[in-house]
Amino acid sequence: MGCVEALNYEIVLRDASFKECREYIKSHFPESIDVEPGFKIFDVHTIGVPPISVGLDGDFVIFPYTKPCHGTFLLRVEDAQEAARLRALKKAGR
Amino acid sequence: MAGNDTTTDVLQAKKTAVLVLGCPQVPVQTSVALYLTDRLAGAGIAPVIAGNRAAITLLVVADPKRHYLKEVMDLDRAVAQISEKKRDFDLCFVFIHNDAGVSYAATMAAISKARIYPVIYGEHWEEMAARITFPCTKIAAKAVHNPMPLKKIIDEVAPSWAA
Repeated sequence: MGCVEALNYEIVLRDASFKECREYIKSHFPESIDVEPGFKIFDVHTIGVPPISVGLDGDFVIFPYTKPCHGTFLLRVEDAQEAARLRALKKAGR
Repeated sequence: MAGNDTTTDVLQAKKTAVLVLGCPQVPVQTSVALYLTDRLAGAGIAPVIAGNRAAITLLVVADPKRHYLKEVMDLDRAVAQISEKKRDFDLCFVFIHNDAGVSYAATMAAISKARIYPVIYGEHWEEMAARITFPCTKIAAKAVHNPMPLKKIIDEVAPSWAA
């Protein structure tokens, strides 16, 4: 798996549950896409209880990142190309 | 014919199991993982352990001559290989004592064809067990320092591995 440390991320939530992350994305961001566990965002395979919500806000992608000892973080990363890819998948009815 | 027997042996490949370890902060995890590894090997099932560096190091130091441990791998790498259909297992045991563990179990249920056995323990075992709603066989008990309640359930469930 790619290392999340390579991304220039901002932590939106820390030590959250998967449910809290899903609810936060649905209530705080104008767009979102639901993906299945294992779906690759940037170079990271997402971990979580399906459906996993990923937020889109302009060029920002907001997604959950889970580590065994630290729970789930909600990360916000600016990347126009990845945001466009996710929007295209959403439009295609993924 | 001997030739046919050989072909059959090749076709009937050895069953495999992956043990997905959680954060090793609850003491029973390392003990139960070694026990489970031994039970699986005894049943003719090849165990592979996936975990983060801390969880793997606890096991490797406890079993330096690898009497129990066979293959170990980084947890992120295991998730990547299964997600990308490069590898899969027949059985999957996910160690759970927190919300992250539930997330990993749900992930394994979604990406793998393995039969899922969540191994749930710790102070919040009932709350964690209630969060698991996908089809699986739960191995759950309030075990923090004493692995015996989990061992007892593993011994009860073990005959189903061969099915």
